[in-house]
Amino acid sequence: MLTPVVDPDGAPFWEHARAGRLHIQACADCGTFRFPPRPCCPHCQSFGQEWRRVSGHGRIWSYVVPHPPLLPDYAAQAPYNVIVVELDDAPRVRLVGNLVTEAGARLDSVPPEQIRIGARVRVVFDGTGLPQWVRERP
Amino acid sequence: MAAAGIKDATAVVGIGQTAFARHLPEDERTLACRAVLAALDDAGIAPGEVDALASYTMEETDEVELAKAVGFGDLTWFGRIGYGGGGSCATVAQLAAAIASGQASVGVAWRSRKRGSGARPWTDTVRQLPTPAQWTRPFGLLRPVDEIAMLTRRYLHEYGATRDHLFNVALACRNRANQNPDAMMYDRPLTREMYMTSRWISEPLCLFDNCLETDGALACVVVGAERARDCRRRPVLIHAAAQGLPAQHHGMVNYWNDDPLTGPAWAAARHLWKHADLTPEDVDVAQIYDAFTALVPLSLEGYGFCGRGEGGAFTEQGALETGGRLPLNTGGGGLSEAYVHGFNLITEGVKQLRGTSTAQVPGATTCLVTAGEGVPTSALLLRAGD
Ligand SMILES: [Zn+2]
Repeated sequence: MLTPVVDPDGAPFWEHARAGRLHIQACADCGTFRFPPRPCCPHCQSFGQEWRRVSGHGRIWSYVVPHPPLLPDYAAQAPYNVIVVELDDAPRVRLVGNLVTEAGARLDSVPPEQIRIGARVRVVFDGTGLPQWVRERP
Repeated sequence: MAAAGIKDATAVVGIGQTAFARHLPEDERTLACRAVLAALDDAGIAPGEVDALASYTMEETDEVELAKAVGFGDLTWFGRIGYGGGGSCATVAQLAAAIASGQASVGVAWRSRKRGSGARPWTDTVRQLPTPAQWTRPFGLLRPVDEIAMLTRRYLHEYGATRDHLFNVALACRNRANQNPDAMMYDRPLTREMYMTSRWISEPLCLFDNCLETDGALACVVVGAERARDCRRRPVLIHAAAQGLPAQHHGMVNYWNDDPLTGPAWAAARHLWKHADLTPEDVDVAQIYDAFTALVPLSLEGYGFCGRGEGGAFTEQGALETGGRLPLNTGGGGLSEAYVHGFNLITEGVKQLRGTSTAQVPGATTCLVTAGEGVPTSALLLRAGD
């Protein structure tokens, strides 16, 4: 499986994720969340930043079900789902992830016909450093 | 006093192409040379007169190698446009700007590509594509089709558009390809049943929602409008041009701004119409970038052919077919003629305004050509010269 090729702006996100926490970059001056992380704030041009813990609750904004041809590790789990989650705490922060039955489950563990836009999800961590998502009411 | 700008100051006077196929034996550089020489011959201009070049950042044929091989003169202007298929129209637009501002006099734009027989760019796990890959690829959002399918699902959900609307796009392109002997899908008709039962690539996008994989090259020649009158063919004037990279846009995974369904087409369109004497109602025929069917309804909305959310419905009742409200991709487009990062849409626009398309729209005098939607894009508004 591919692991994140981290850049300096994104590194804190992945450090928090490895520790089982979902943190999003925010402006230290005007407070606006920004994703993906970047050096300065597009609203107030401040270079001040902080990493703010978010609740990890959100809703599915969209999803796809990729089929092969895919990279071999992914083909082995295909068709699987990829979802975009809109965070309750920051609706413009939409994280790409996977909907799974429980932390550490396969990418195809939830049948695609059970996925719908608007469904409530919450973040879980499987220990590899990638956030995953489970349904709040399976 | 306002600057004269580029309006009708330059014209496309030559077009050239190689064959299109899944596999061509010659390499990209050789194909580029053939397309460029064909375009210059079409214009009746000697290679030694060329002094400006424009292509894509993803083009592998180097300017130096091309100039050496085909015998260009001293080049005084050359440039490359980024973002894959988003760069197609900008190559011509930048030549137009260079010529209109006096930095050059004869420009050549080209694209040569061996995607039919070569590697798929997304299988490269080392070199990152120009998207924020750390936020997408580990989760299995691997290919361009996966990225666009995500937007498509949201689009279908938000506006009630359907797979039948996407099929209308695929069918219009295929029907035109069935009239074009140079198209890869010339002898391959498409039916609704074939579309609805085809395999998924990335749900909700199926096989026929995806462009072809093609070996081939194309080129065109741009000169000033005065000079154009002395060329072999009826000139096709570059009436307006624009690039579009909207505020807070993100590559092809444009999910992180206020309004992901309002993409680069909207930014390009605002500039294009502002600097044109024409409106969307004046467009006789359109060549809309179609790496994926879903880009067409999004573009129809962005360029103002219909209201927001109405792009799916616009495709109904044969609107995109010959004789419809907006005949589309009349050579077959990326879906059914060839996928060469949209350059065939430019040359097909020129053919329409010369009156030489294999699916000619009678009396067409204006054509909109667009580049890849979803990525930073570009567009050309062409009109027939005298
Ligand atoms: Zn700020």
